[in-house]
Amino acid sequence: MDYLIKNAGLGDILEKVQDGERLSFADGIRLFESPDLLAIGYLANIVRERKNGNNTYFIYNQHINYSNICTNLCKFCAFGKDRDSDLAYEMSVEDVRGKVRERLSEPITEIHMVGGIHPDLPYSYYTDVLKVIKEERPAVHIQAFTCVEIAHLAEISGLGYAGVLEDLKNAGLGSIPGGGAEVFSSRIRGLTCEKKLSGSGWLEVAKTAHKLDLHTNATMLYGHIESLEERVEHLDMLRRAQDETGGFLAFIPLAFHPKNTELSSLSRTSGVDDLKMIAVARCFLDNFPHIKAYWVMIGQKVSQIGLSFGADDVDGTVKEEIITHMAGAETEQAMSREQLLRLIREAGRTPIERDTLYNVINSY
Amino acid sequence: MNYFDSIREKVLNSERPTEQELLALFRDGNLYDLGFLADIVRRKKHPEPVVTYVIDRNINYTDICISACKFCAFYKGPEDAEGSVISFEELKKKIDETQELGGTQILLQGGLHPDKQLEFYEDMLRFIKKTGIHIHGFSPPEICHFVKVSGFSVAEVLERLRQAGLDSMPGGGAEILSDRVRRMAAPNKCSADEWIDVMRQAHLQGMKTTATMMFGHIETLEERLEHLLRIRDLQEKTGGFTAFIPWPFQPANTAFSDIPKTTAHVYLKMLAWSRIVLDNVANIQASWVTQGPKVAQISLFFGANDFGSTMIEENVVAAAGVTFRLSESEIRSLVKGAGFMPQQRTMDYSFVTTG
Repeated sequence: MDYLIKNAGLGDILEKVQDGERLSFADGIRLFESPDLLAIGYLANIVRERKNGNNTYFIYNQHINYSNICTNLCKFCAFGKDRDSDLAYEMSVEDVRGKVRERLSEPITEIHMVGGIHPDLPYSYYTDVLKVIKEERPAVHIQAFTCVEIAHLAEISGLGYAGVLEDLKNAGLGSIPGGGAEVFSSRIRGLTCEKKLSGSGWLEVAKTAHKLDLHTNATMLYGHIESLEERVEHLDMLRRAQDETGGFLAFIPLAFHPKNTELSSLSRTSGVDDLKMIAVARCFLDNFPHIKAYWVMIGQKVSQIGLSFGADDVDGTVKEEIITHMAGAETEQAMSREQLLRLIREAGRTPIERDTLYNVINSY
Repeated sequence: MNYFDSIREKVLNSERPTEQELLALFRDGNLYDLGFLADIVRRKKHPEPVVTYVIDRNINYTDICISACKFCAFYKGPEDAEGSVISFEELKKKIDETQELGGTQILLQGGLHPDKQLEFYEDMLRFIKKTGIHIHGFSPPEICHFVKVSGFSVAEVLERLRQAGLDSMPGGGAEILSDRVRRMAAPNKCSADEWIDVMRQAHLQGMKTTATMMFGHIETLEERLEHLLRIRDLQEKTGGFTAFIPWPFQPANTAFSDIPKTTAHVYLKMLAWSRIVLDNVANIQASWVTQGPKVAQISLFFGANDFGSTMIEENVVAAAGVTFRLSESEIRSLVKGAGFMPQQRTMDYSFVTTG
């Protein structure tokens, strides 16, 4: 089928992909600009199968959003609320314990916990919630607090990134999710989330975590006002950081959901946007082991098709996803293990239940 | 992958792969094997990067039905007090709304009503025809039902309906054109031969029709192929099919609700396979009504060159718990976003040009 890729004008990129050679910035732009969706997917699939074979990973996880109170109030976010808002909420440490207890009978291996940049929760709150989760579920892996939250904790504690990360790690933190990266470009951050930690700050937190043996994920919020150049620049910054530390596990493209945000006049991403983003990321991020087609963001259908367009992970059971659903996501809130298995098998892939660090729990 | 090379050569040279090759292609081929080949067929048939759509409304004149198909969530049995028949005033209102939105046709379908006589349908057509709108109506099971009710032949029923204003026919009720499947899923519905015969006679009378397939329930892959080949054979003789529309069974609220829903991956493979097999049918429609806007857009790379209808109203799939909605402007922007030019069309695929 190589000639079809050559006909699409992507013959040189095909050669690079086949030889495992790194794509340039210009290659990344060309892939985004190419109208030939199948050709881009085919390229991504080569990388995907080289790195992960036929495996498709999922996890049995639980999401907890401890508070939506946030001082950043980014324009693309429907989740964050001012402290005085009627919709504002925060969970006490005991509330979080209750959330964990509610589901003790389920075989959950990961708790994913993030929240807003809360103006007055004390530093001790963050170590305390980790401790109660571990008290209730000693074996669970806690993936919690985006780099943005970590930077906020460094500020309120005065301990610096490394100091905070050490404390959290001692309290039970296992790894760090990839949120808050948005688009690293300072132009985009200035227009959409000026109060948020900068792109270089985000990367600095991630790299600090990697040096302390804490793995992290990385994300990009695409489909709002960013240019293709800004997307590739974002991927390029991640690729450089990964060259330095090797601590990133997965890249997770996040489709912008406009409803209830200040950017609500924008359209949702289309299926072609979603697949291209997955595929270009897979081709470009040659040093990332995993690319996730997160079904909460793009729907179960596109997530499944994404498994042929570069993705090797669909995230997991989730349940009670709040952040994207407040922005009008029409996807389900949870998927059962059986649903996930069927989705993966019907895509012709081998389902692998994993833990957070991609150790195999069960191969189906 | 020798067989795949051979199939690809055949498709490139506009030759037909054997049945065994086609079955192997679906079974062993990945999304790219099917997608690339379907795209080749699509580009041969439609060298211009145009994606068409029609503005219309589905009007269901009744939900009362004696067929009781196991895959249907729409019908009401004749004894069910909730069943109803549309009034002419209501019809008029729906058509007026359709025309105000730039609609060119209505899709008129309904259940197999036990009591209504052929004259009822003729009167309805004459009434609608006063509005000047194109009537795309009555799938083969309805025609077969009218034959039973009236005692006329298929040809006579079609002739009378055409005289009353019927312009073209939708390809519904085909389900799977295999009598084993029909006996198990829809025993009261017309047989596969009868379905094909109605379409043949409609084509012979000069009417254009579409063809559908509802897959993903109890049929085998061989039966899907049998279905496609029956359509291809008839098309070879009459050339009367304008489009083929495969859509996956929607299980909610049906007697088959325990069958899991076909996933998007399998849908795209089926769509692409249809494009490859039906080399003599000009157009393949994406089913946004069952797949949603994202997958429908992606379908354009898997053989579909038509976005179907805006469906100002749709009741049958909605009864099975699936309610996607798309406006004309959303369809146009999805098509553009995939790199194609959107173009409004009529039932016979003529372009609609607005001044």
